[in-house]
Parts: sequence; C-alpha cells; structure tokens
Amino acid sequence: MRKPGKKKLIQIYKKMVTIRKVEEKLMEVFSTGEIPGFIHVCIGQEATPVAVCSWLKDSDYMSTTHRGHGHALAKGIDLNLFMAELFGKSAGYCRGRSGSMHIADPKTGILGANGIVGGGIPIATGAAFASQYKKSGQVTVCFFGEGATNEGTFHESLNIASIRKLPIVYVCENNGWAEFTPQKTHMPIKKVADRARAYDMPGAVVPNDILKIYEKAGEAVERARKGQGPTLLEIKSTRWHGHFVGDAQKYRLEKEVAAAKKKDCIADFEKKLLKDKTLRKAEIKKIADMVNQRIEGAVDFARKSPLPDQSELMDDLYV
Amino acid sequence: MKEIRYIWAINEAIKEEMERDDKVVLIGEDVGTPGGSFGASRGLYDLFGPERIFDTPISEAAITGLAAGAAACGLRPIVEIMFMDFMTICMDGIVNQIAKMRYMFGSQFKVPVVIRTPSGGGLNAGPQHSQSLEAWFAHVPGLKVVMPATPYDVKGLLKSAIRDDNPIVFIEHKALHALKGSIPEKEYRVPIGKADIKKEGTDVTVVAVSKMVHESLKASEILAQDGINIEVIDLLTISPWDRETIFGSVAKTHRLVIAHEAVKNFGVGAEISAAVSEEILDELDAPIMRVGAPFVPIPFSLEKAYLPNADQIVAAVKKTMERTF
Repeated sequence: MRKPGKKKLIQIYKKMVTIRKVEEKLMEVFSTGEIPGFIHVCIGQEATPVAVCSWLKDSDYMSTTHRGHGHALAKGIDLNLFMAELFGKSAGYCRGRSGSMHIADPKTGILGANGIVGGGIPIATGAAFASQYKKSGQVTVCFFGEGATNEGTFHESLNIASIRKLPIVYVCENNGWAEFTPQKTHMPIKKVADRARAYDMPGAVVPNDILKIYEKAGEAVERARKGQGPTLLEIKSTRWHGHFVGDAQKYRLEKEVAAAKKKDCIADFEKKLLKDKTLRKAEIKKIADMVNQRIEGAVDFARKSPLPDQSELMDDLYV
Repeated sequence: MKEIRYIWAINEAIKEEMERDDKVVLIGEDVGTPGGSFGASRGLYDLFGPERIFDTPISEAAITGLAAGAAACGLRPIVEIMFMDFMTICMDGIVNQIAKMRYMFGSQFKVPVVIRTPSGGGLNAGPQHSQSLEAWFAHVPGLKVVMPATPYDVKGLLKSAIRDDNPIVFIEHKALHALKGSIPEKEYRVPIGKADIKKEGTDVTVVAVSKMVHESLKASEILAQDGINIEVIDLLTISPWDRETIFGSVAKTHRLVIAHEAVKNFGVGAEISAAVSEEILDELDAPIMRVGAPFVPIPFSLEKAYLPNADQIVAAVKKTMERTF
C-alpha cells in the first residue's frame, strides 16, 4: 500500500545521493576555509529526510536542526541559493545572515534550522497549531536528534501536541551520539520512541532503511493529515563523522566508527535497486555525474555571488 | 470617558483586538475558563472558545516557542506569562528564537508575538514573584519592550502591540491592576516608542518607568511645597525609547532623575543616563541621579524597605538641585 513506484524510487535515490554528495562537497570546501564558522554534516543519515519529506507538499511545514542540510534539501530547497547561504553570500536564502545553522525558506515550508538543541520543537508545534487553527490541512514535520529528547521543550511540546491532537510528526534521528557523548550516558532507556507512551501518542522504532522509514512516515503523515494527532518516530541512524566538520571523534572507538560506516543506507538501497532492476549500473553512474554537475554549478554560483554589503548590517531588524 | 481598572483595560484591549482580527489568539496558563491568574482574560473563553483561548499546561518554554512558530505561520499570538519571574524559563524562545527569526532568516518572516507579563512588587509575593526584569529584554535586538502605568496607556498600548508586526514584551505592573482611571468610550490606541509627559515642569526632568510614574507624581506634589516644579515623563516604551522627548525635556530643565523599580545596577536608568551623557552632556547643570531598587533579591518581609518610592525620588531631585556644576 505504501510501496513507492519505480519513478518514486529513482527520485528518492537521486535525493539521497544529492544529500551525500552535497555534504562531501561541503566538507571539502569547508576544510579549505571557503566557508567560515561551523558545519554539521548528516552523512550516514540520508534516508530519514528523504523518506519523510517524500510525503510532504511544499505548503507543509518542517523544522530542522544544526545538522539540517539533508532536511532542507529533501524538503525542496534550491541548491544554488542554499549553497550561497552556506558561503555567507547575499544571494543566499537569508542574505548570508544564517549560514548553515539557521537556514530557512518559507516558500518550501522550512521554518528554519536551529542552533539551539530542542529549540525547533516548540516552533514546529506552533506551526502545527497554526495550521490546525486555520484548518488548512497542512502537516508539520519536526526533526531532531536523540540528544534533544532530553530537553524540556521536547516533553512540553509532545504533551501539548497530544492534548490538542496537532497535525505533526516528530522525527527523532537517533544516531547514538549527543555531540560527544553516547546515548547510554544520558538516557536510561534504549528506545526514544518509548517516550511517546507518556504522551499517549504512537511511537515507533524504525531501522535506517529508506523503504521502512518511507512506510512508517507515510502512516504518521496520513494520521496527522486526517486530524488524528501526532506521532513520534525514532530512526536508528548512524553518524559517520564528528559532531561538526573537523571533530576528530577521539571519544569514539575506531571499530565503532567503522561499524557505523558499514551501515550505509545509500549503498543498501542501491543494491536493492540493482537487484530488482529498477536501475542499472550505467544509470547509477549517470545519476552520480548529473548530481556532481549540479553541485559544481551551485558551488560556482555561491563563489560568484557577492558578500552582503556592510551597509546592510542594520537592515530590517524591525518590520 | 469611562472609569475602568487597569486589569479590565487589558481585558478590553484583548477582546477588541480578537473581535477585529481572527488571527489573534491568546496562549497561556489558566487563561481559559479561570480567566487568567489576575483576571485579564475573564469572559474571553466564553466569547472565543478553546481554539482561540489556548489554555496551556505549565510549560513556559514550549508556549513561547510555540507562539514563535504560530506567528511565523500567520497567526498573531498573545502569550500570557503569569509572573514576569517565569520569563526566565522561556528565555530561549524569546531571546534566541522570537527576537532573531526576522533578522537571522534574512527578513523572510514576520513574528508578531506579544508576550504579556505582570511584573513588580507590592503584593508581598517574595523573591520569585516580584521582579522587574525589563532591562534583560531591552538588551536584546529585535524585541520591543513596553511598560504602561495607567489604564489609558495599558489599553492603548496593548492594542498597538497586538497590531505591531514585531515581537513585543509587554510588561504590566501587578500592583497597578486595581488602579482606576478614565479612558475614552471609543476606540483609541497609544503609539509604541513615544514617551508621555504626565506633568509639565521646569526645574528637573524625572523619567519614570511603570509604577514609578505614580511615585514621581506624588513626589511632584511634595516638591511643589518647596517650590520645586518637576517634569514627569512616563517612558512607556523601554525599547526603543523616545530620545526626542527626553532630550527635549532635559534641554529645558537641565537636570535629570530616572526612576524605576528594577535594581539600579545595569538598569534602564543606566542606559538613559549614558545616552544623555554621550549626546547632550552640555545641557546638564548637575549630575544625573538614578532611583532604583537595591542590588538584592526582593525579600518577603522587607518589601517596603526594598521598593523605591516617592521619598527617594524627592531626595534624588533635591540632590540634583544641590549639586549644580
């Protein structure tokens, strides 16, 4: 019932590959100093944003986190303007004011990445409240990590969403690491989804498998759209790299990182697509080339865009 | 004109704005059938129902963030934080989210949120229910901070705040809730960003914040007996404050006293004093004096000794008269 057709499968695959390759490119240009500040990449976690956002329309809302490039790309943000923002250029979505950690685009319903862990959860809940109030039929998806579920805002928001039966899906990407600390140090439970029970909403644990996430997300989005209330999904994903780019992950055992990298949601999906002949090797190569070309074009666009003028510093603080 | 208490003036402002614009919603603890902890939303639940009068769990952090999201998606939320002391629990929502969303996201969003909250002492409510924390919020770019002291101003400013497309921290004074005053029968609004000269005078300018406006008016009567004629300016908007009115008054009286109930250290008085010194020092004939609370928490039993009052304003005015350069 929730099996994607061939066209959808290819579309999903392309998006996953795009996110992976964008993140790899960002690591490269960040390390040369072209992008200042901090960036957080989601390599290893690409399945979740693509699977969940496959069910969303442009008018649906989404909030994301410091590790939010994948979510923004999956929701449909324009790659050129995204890249310009990360480079801090005036052509970027937020005129170079947000960079990686606060990117937002109201046209595609992106309410912003958030530099505060757990900061986006009540904002997404408020978006769901607004669409319920307006009876607009919009659904909100709220992404966060397992670390954020130890914040008060998580508990307060899920409680409120359940009381008001808000049209929202809470998606916890549990990559096992809250910055530099493993889950077991911070949480007495293994499954974050168990926390849903305290708020009388459905909670489900889903492996880092694109088709399984697709199916569960479809159910949760449909439930929200029908006015049946919120759901908490926990995706058992993996973080290949450090908390931020440049973090050497000395707090992780090498074999643990190697094991995480073996769980490659893109390689698994690719194998499946080849096996059932949805794609052939030549087509996969073609997709990779096309994605690389688009990314090069976006980086070129960002490089050529001017930095914001100093005269803009005080602009538009107030309406 | 009609007589009304400060708290009912707040109630009228919310009611009129909710009737005018169905995007306005009220969010807060006990705001539903109980009508609010101090009665500000009495009767509104019956008029507007649970969709628009959102009685929330005791979750200050979530409800301010929720208001940010709702505002970004087209609503105009009024959030009631029961006591200003509880604003400390929602600092992320207010400071990192609401205040920054417009600028940080490249002006793509408007965030028309009003956060209403009663501040101040006078009810013997103790250290965690009596504070005046306006300086905290005035220090944050992106917020406007308003502190009305009369029924007329509280109604007119609240209506302006609800219609403003910027986030506003709207600070009421709980010891003024019962204060009566006259307001027009007809609709009116009071502009944000404008101070109001509550009493004209020639000798000393007294800039007062919230309840200190009333203490300054009392001080003015006491000083009149000594032939001292002070000008009392109600600051009304803390940020952005009305430089023009205050600088104009100082240029006339050449003496300045600033009075607020918050602790003196790093307060609104310090900001105004610094700006006057930076920009019109040559207008001053004497040092600027500040009246504010001592730098301690508000004690339950010694509240009277703690709170600044008319006598302290009288003393400050006299001092600035004595200390002529």
